Amino acid sequence: MTVIKSVTCPICGCLCDDIEVTVENNEVVKMKNGCAVCEGKFLGYKGEHRTKKPLIRKDGKLVPVTMKEAVHAAAEVLANANYPILYGWSSTSSEAQRVGVELAEEIGGVLDNTAVVCHGPSILGVQEVGIPTATLGQIRHRADLIIYWGCDPWSAHPRHLERYTNFTEGRFEKSEWTSYMTKLKAHAGNRKLASAMRIEDSKAKPKPQACYVGGSPPELSKGGRKLIVVDVRKSMTAEMADFFIQVEPNKDYEVLQALRALVKDKELDVDSVGGVPVEYLQDLADALVNCEFGVIFFGMGLTQTAGKFRNIEVAIQLVRDLNSKTKFMIMPMRGHYNVTGANVVSSWQSGYPYGVDFSLGYPRYNPGETTCMDVLLRDELDASLVIAADPGANFPKNAVQNMVKHPLIVIDPHMNATAMLGDIVFPAAFVGIEVDGTAYRMDSVPIPLHKVVDPPAGVLSDEEILKKILEEVKIIKAKNAKVA
Amino acid sequence: MTEIIIKNGFVFDPINKINGEKMDICIKNGKIVESVNEHKAKKIDATGLTVMPGGVDIHTHIAGGEVNTGRMVRPEDHIKDAVSKTALTRSGSGYSIPSTFVTGYRYSKMGYTTVMNPSMAPLEAKHTHEELNDIPLLDKASYPLIGDWWFVLEYLQKGDLESCARHVAWMMDTTKGYAIKIVNPGGLESWGFGKNVHTIDDQVPNFCITPREIMVGLAKVNTMLNLPHSIHLHTNNLGLPGNYLTTLDTMRALENVPNNGKPVAHITHLQFSSFGGDGWGSMKSAAPEISKYINNHNHMTFDMGQVIFTDTTTMTADGPFEYTLYQLSGHKWVNSDVETETSGGIIPFHYKKNNAVNTIQWSIALELALMIEDPWKIMMTTDHPNGGPFFAYPKIIAWLISNKARMATLKLCSKKGQKKSLLPTLNRELSLYELAIVTRAAQAKALGLKNKGHLGVGADADVAIYNVNPETTDIANKYKGVRRAFRSAAYTIKDGKIVVKDGEVVENVSGRTMWLDVHTTEKVKVDDDMRNRFKQYWTVEFDNYPVYDHYLKVPQAIAVKASI
Repeated sequence: MTVIKSVTCPICGCLCDDIEVTVENNEVVKMKNGCAVCEGKFLGYKGEHRTKKPLIRKDGKLVPVTMKEAVHAAAEVLANANYPILYGWSSTSSEAQRVGVELAEEIGGVLDNTAVVCHGPSILGVQEVGIPTATLGQIRHRADLIIYWGCDPWSAHPRHLERYTNFTEGRFEKSEWTSYMTKLKAHAGNRKLASAMRIEDSKAKPKPQACYVGGSPPELSKGGRKLIVVDVRKSMTAEMADFFIQVEPNKDYEVLQALRALVKDKELDVDSVGGVPVEYLQDLADALVNCEFGVIFFGMGLTQTAGKFRNIEVAIQLVRDLNSKTKFMIMPMRGHYNVTGANVVSSWQSGYPYGVDFSLGYPRYNPGETTCMDVLLRDELDASLVIAADPGANFPKNAVQNMVKHPLIVIDPHMNATAMLGDIVFPAAFVGIEVDGTAYRMDSVPIPLHKVVDPPAGVLSDEEILKKILEEVKIIKAKNAKVA
Repeated sequence: MTEIIIKNGFVFDPINKINGEKMDICIKNGKIVESVNEHKAKKIDATGLTVMPGGVDIHTHIAGGEVNTGRMVRPEDHIKDAVSKTALTRSGSGYSIPSTFVTGYRYSKMGYTTVMNPSMAPLEAKHTHEELNDIPLLDKASYPLIGDWWFVLEYLQKGDLESCARHVAWMMDTTKGYAIKIVNPGGLESWGFGKNVHTIDDQVPNFCITPREIMVGLAKVNTMLNLPHSIHLHTNNLGLPGNYLTTLDTMRALENVPNNGKPVAHITHLQFSSFGGDGWGSMKSAAPEISKYINNHNHMTFDMGQVIFTDTTTMTADGPFEYTLYQLSGHKWVNSDVETETSGGIIPFHYKKNNAVNTIQWSIALELALMIEDPWKIMMTTDHPNGGPFFAYPKIIAWLISNKARMATLKLCSKKGQKKSLLPTLNRELSLYELAIVTRAAQAKALGLKNKGHLGVGADADVAIYNVNPETTDIANKYKGVRRAFRSAAYTIKDGKIVVKDGEVVENVSGRTMWLDVHTTEKVKVDDDMRNRFKQYWTVEFDNYPVYDHYLKVPQAIAVKASI
């Protein structure tokens, strides 16, 4: 039995690297420090649905084949394709992503990562106005005002508060975790009480929720770190926040612009913006201006609702304005553990972070035209390779229909929805559990991933599979060139 | 290994005092040797050509988090300069922040073989090294930013130089770094709360220390550790009118640091630290004051930080300075503070000829290069990409060797700027020998790279051959031909392999990444105390912080014996 310390968790953009894993007989048996999601992955990576041999679709059925056969078949498809897409990349190592860019270049394909359906708009916003940001430790040490906008870290990035924001102890700011936990417990108690009352009086209906909750200025003028949540619903994080502002769906842009006006001491001649009374926005604006070091974390509630990248642009503009009065930062809550890395690697090799089209022999980038979603919806592709993502489960129906019309190669540890639709399927080792590598945290800090157990015999890493395919593609292309 | 003999070239090798002598250079096993078997060796006929050691760049931002964020935020910068894939080379994009492969190719095409990446946040060092691995054809190294590292501030504040030195030695190993980089000392920590320091004697908030104490302390640490390069310094108040006074204070502050006869500091991109006047309207050149001091003192080296009239991207660890630029331009602004260590920022910037301040900046760098008498003290850089992209070097070469070239450019500049330029009063024109000093020899010497920057026996076989005939060409007059020749080398030889011929890449090799393996008698104790402090200061575990060996594709450890 060995205990491995400082293991990095390959789940979300937090990349917590303090996980303790106990391994016995090449199997993870015990976990420490991880959140529920982390434990789920480390303890459940040997799921019963896991395949261990490459599969190729023959007569409509996926049948096991040798690695050599699968590599050759995949390389044939890719080498002969005119306009293939290579999508995914966000749940694998930067080492594999590096090979991916080369492969895309070699076959003149469209290289795209999952940012296209999550924080792509954030990148577009940043390309408009830049981004004042910092590493997460800077926030831990200094931030006295933390805002989560359109995201729910308590559920989606479970240790974000604990490791980087309100619950942590920094050099210049103390932890506030006890007060928040007390509050959360009280809320839970109140809920049980309300539920009991409802059962008691079955005629009573749940009360409509107020558009703002608990928003009294005294809470915002308290000492120490403050937590503010802006969202369309009262999420778990909002339950314990010092101040919660409930915005009408798709009205974030208006609220952000109103805040910009208030921060610049302009008056608003309306009563409410986006369903939020102006006096509450004024309280919020005062809190923004009066903090020593503030930060806005934003999620898909901002990137994928009406306004999209304009929401991000205006949020960053607000932060730029605030920097003339105090220190203020902003950061996207990146989802997949290495989606940041996918953008980073793609940028250093090609100059562009996602949606890179190599079909002309040089990298081209024009979201709206060159992302895989654009190509899929225009039905221009003639093959696809999907790695470390599951578009079959979460892309729009039209996109998936067009994807499966053409040969589909899938590299994934799971037999996920995309793999079930695939024509050539490579089982891969779990990066960060069965193979090591590097991933980039949501603040672009690179953190090593660790191998804690061996992969099943014959199962290769993403990097190895891609290298084999790339090598084979080069051989096939050389042959084709000779024949021509 | 093939042997090569370069026959009959005009050799310029200032370290060995060879000034245009017609001679043969022999190469075997990647090194310069006395002689080779002439029948077996591959012959390069360099008759009528100029032969120099491979170019060395002491300061160029080519890799790492800051550089890559610059790439990411500026698609408009790449679109005008797309680079296609060839059978031998990878595709990418160019202009002010080229992608990694393109960076390697473009440097090599100009005859460069060694470049130093001067700004690496230790926490993000792995990123820097991953990118350096993808920059082919060059030897590389990086300087970790440690001037505002909390450990340094705390030990220097206590006056505990030895502990400070041991931690710096540990940091060189941990980040696989090459030199101590100090940027706006004290200012970066202050920037954590949006403040800055304005003289070298201002107090840094929360740390009871001044920029002077940081610079002098780290210069002493550098001497204690016997590091091959001196401290590499970006001064306080950089880029602000009137800052030459701070620069003079800085140079004076470092006069008495013991140095074993070597320079104690290298002030980088000196142009940005040599502004006179007291506002943007009255901004003028302080090159006379600065160069007068430098001509009378020998304890420091410098590089130019030349401005090129083009659209470029400024990026520096000096977060507060980038914020100033943002206030001036309103352009897209990136700020990127790094916990416990440093800050950073990015602003796109277009240097325009019709702008007086930009004209003066352009002029200052050239004035410095011409007014500082000893070429070994002032090296050619643009602080890529801050003053302009590195592939504009041939333009600077033309300005340095030809008054005619300078006047041709000045003529096109802002009238107000022209009036303030001191260039019309300077007639100095650098010779090819001096050019070899400012583009390779001085840089290799200042960096302590014993096998680089010269063509003596035992040196690395890094050679550049240019199509310039010093016997028949009046280079000052025919500067356009020289500019063309330095834009695309006739040959670039890296480690004894011909990698570029007639300005095209003909072979792809990976360069090495150099780093300092500093041996102190007593090492930093990695005990519970260190681990606890680490846990308090960073959000990354101690064991996940170092750049392990496998992050360097072709590592070259340079052993250094410290005197502590």
